[in-house]
Amino acid sequence: MANVTLKTIDYAILQQCMHCGMCLPTCPTYDETTHERNSPRGRIALMRAIADGDLEVNRTFADEMSYCLGCLACETACPAGVQYGKLFETARADIERSGINDNLSRDFWRTLTLKILFQRPSLLRAAGAGLRVYQRTGLESLVRRLGLTRLLPPSLRRVEPQSPPIAPKFSNALIRPTEVPTGTPRFRVALLTGCVQDLVFSDINRDTADALLANGCVVETPPVQPCCGSLHAHNGETKLAEALARRMIDLFPPAKYDAIISNAGGCGSHLRHYGPLLADDPAYRERAQAWDRKLRDVHEWLVQIGARAPTASPFESPVSLTYHESCHLVHGQKITKQPRQLLRMIPGVTLTELPEASWCCGSAGVYTITQPEQATKLQERKTANIIATKASCVATANPGCHLQVLRGLDAAGAKIEVAHPVSLLARAYRRETK
Amino acid sequence: MKPPARPNVRSVDVALNDSLLTALTAVVGSDRLLTAADDLIPYSFDGTAAIRVRPGAVVFPLTTDEVAACVRAAAEAGVPIVTRGSGTGLSGGSVAAPEALVLCLARMNRILEVDAENLTMRAQAGAVTMKIDEAAARHGLLYPPDPGSMRISTIGGNVAENSGGLRGLKYGVTRDYVMALEVVLADGRITRFGSACVKDVAGYSLKDLFVGSEGTLGIITEVLIKLVPKPAARRTMLALFDTMESAASAVSAIIAAKIIPCTLEFLDRTTASCVEDYAKVGLPTDCEAVLLMETDGHPAAVADEAERMAAIAAAQGAREVRTAKDDAEATNLASARRNAFSALARRRPTTILEDVTVPRNRLAEMVTFIAETAARHHLQVGTFGHMGDGNLHPTFLTDERDEAEMARVHHALDEIVTKTLEVGGTITGEHGVGLAKKPWLRQQMGDHSYELMREVKRALDPKGLLNPGKIFD
Repeated sequence: MANVTLKTIDYAILQQCMHCGMCLPTCPTYDETTHERNSPRGRIALMRAIADGDLEVNRTFADEMSYCLGCLACETACPAGVQYGKLFETARADIERSGINDNLSRDFWRTLTLKILFQRPSLLRAAGAGLRVYQRTGLESLVRRLGLTRLLPPSLRRVEPQSPPIAPKFSNALIRPTEVPTGTPRFRVALLTGCVQDLVFSDINRDTADALLANGCVVETPPVQPCCGSLHAHNGETKLAEALARRMIDLFPPAKYDAIISNAGGCGSHLRHYGPLLADDPAYRERAQAWDRKLRDVHEWLVQIGARAPTASPFESPVSLTYHESCHLVHGQKITKQPRQLLRMIPGVTLTELPEASWCCGSAGVYTITQPEQATKLQERKTANIIATKASCVATANPGCHLQVLRGLDAAGAKIEVAHPVSLLARAYRRETK
Repeated sequence: MKPPARPNVRSVDVALNDSLLTALTAVVGSDRLLTAADDLIPYSFDGTAAIRVRPGAVVFPLTTDEVAACVRAAAEAGVPIVTRGSGTGLSGGSVAAPEALVLCLARMNRILEVDAENLTMRAQAGAVTMKIDEAAARHGLLYPPDPGSMRISTIGGNVAENSGGLRGLKYGVTRDYVMALEVVLADGRITRFGSACVKDVAGYSLKDLFVGSEGTLGIITEVLIKLVPKPAARRTMLALFDTMESAASAVSAIIAAKIIPCTLEFLDRTTASCVEDYAKVGLPTDCEAVLLMETDGHPAAVADEAERMAAIAAAQGAREVRTAKDDAEATNLASARRNAFSALARRRPTTILEDVTVPRNRLAEMVTFIAETAARHHLQVGTFGHMGDGNLHPTFLTDERDEAEMARVHHALDEIVTKTLEVGGTITGEHGVGLAKKPWLRQQMGDHSYELMREVKRALDPKGLLNPGKIFD
């Protein structure tokens, strides 16, 4: 897998695209520009030209693949079943190998994030803790007020206001390594705490554990977990992604669990495909396939085991709720009914469909940093759609979307709560006893 | 393994001449003009399989005046012009010509007026078909032609190819809804044909000359289309058959019983399983043929017709007739059917689609002939189509890299076309001639009508610059 390039990939995958155009109306970048190059079939045409030797991996191609959100809406729309995600990751890996994007500052940040921080969970938490001090001591607002951010290099200046608010405690402080439900345990599951989820939304991990416990699951949550490698695979670092997959499989032997639970759409989409990622590794191949069979999105799992409806409402008074679909949950994992089913189960909540619910919010991994302009346009579109529903709470199940939607609503001055569906469920269970 | 050399692909080493590019830049500005290879490669194809030609440049006009100015500049430079909407055509009609200027009208997408008193709509050529239907629906109206690609196809492209759709049986094709057109001629003159009147016999019906002209006679920039009241009720049913012939006879029997449903769509087993694989709408995959039947109109008439259609299907041997439980299920079934062609691409890398149409009493014979021909040439075929219209889409599932198999595909196509013409059919019911059906046009038309068409072309486009090589050489 690691060595696959556009020139060596099974040509039938490229041919599968018969350029019918059914993907065009679902592609956020084509919708923006009406320019074929910015569409899925246009990008595949460029990839095929590279495979055919008619085109080199060049600056334009690198820019184009950076402009693509990787939202995979085209995969859902494609009647021919083109594996765009696979082509997309292969293309980004080709671009990394070509060295086209190399420059000192990008190299520094890429090394720091992909090769250091997102490889070493303790270091990532230490960096998170440092960031929290900066945010909480008033240093952040002082620096911003004094305009000191102007002293930062441009790349960091763009990222600085986007640094997410770090949670006071990380998952390991909130969840014990093994927690057992009251009553007879029905299942044994592993809980993946994620990276951003762990630093920013550790409370969602706690809520996930609670919802699983309330439904008879023994929950195992190792305090230190590696990154799943989704960011790496998505950004062309296939070898690093493979190494991380092996570490995950070592930490969570699939045979030990009834299910391995992910609560973040973006991670889950990658986590389900360790099998193909490690297909060339005889030592891990079978365990990787077993892993894929055990991997469940939390909503999918809860519906599968027949989660019980809570008897209390998470809210003081009846609330109108809407649901924004994380791209990698709906398009990457095809999980679309289950979160809605869980939300409908909650007393005191009316679910209103969000127009364009499955249209990308612009978060898309590091897209807000790499393509701030387009990311903001999509954020504004999402925000307007949410406000139009008149809902007072929007549920979404991916940390990137969560932050993006939160910031969008904030910028529009809208007082609308953003919550993970499972948080609402857990809150409802907790209020049953009150 | 890469496909063998593709004779119809030409890369352009020399860009269009500088004076034309300067002139075009003066019209649209540099940001609406594409000349780099990376930008042009994605404009080398439309929805037709295995045909790719890279253009010399692509330009995105926003107004009719800009279109006219681009046409004048290209005409002066002697550069061919290929008009394109969303590039979803299925006969290669909007594939570029070598070194041509592609006029992409996808950004001329405004719906200009819905006239709910006169039941008409005025729109720019690049308006998306589905947006047109949605705009009509907001006024309780319907724009019936619903080609498979309606979610992204443009109305200008629909008119240029005279597209059909699933509702053609009762409602007809695009031509039946065109009241007036604005057209830019080969020399840049802006002309208007037709009117907003329901009756209009002033002079030759030139608008009809441009409907289905595939961009070879002029460039359609604006349309005035007719709308109809949205039917109050509809009912959608699936009839399952154990043989394709019995499905075909059921269609003939329904027509003979003087029922005109809005939809009588047919999918063979291969097609139904591919569509079900993709859309998961509950299409049966264990029977040889599925008929998707829909009737719409007054609730009482709908109930009566649905009952009679179900009875006829059963009498012709339908194993089972199911009724869609609600509007959502009916819509899902129809959208799933619209994706049939693309869904067939799940099986093999290349899908070669036919569009033959025969008189409806010859359907059963034709369906059998297609299956036999495919078997004789050891080819995989998926057949679906608008059976109520006699319009079949046998689709060969093949691989363009396999030259021997591609040769067999061409033999099989040739036999199917010959048989079609023998029984009084046509080589294309709704996709147009474009590049894909060109070899057989003379055979169908006969020498005199074929020559007359070329004379019309010469009269309107004496320099031969508009979509050259399409329909005929």
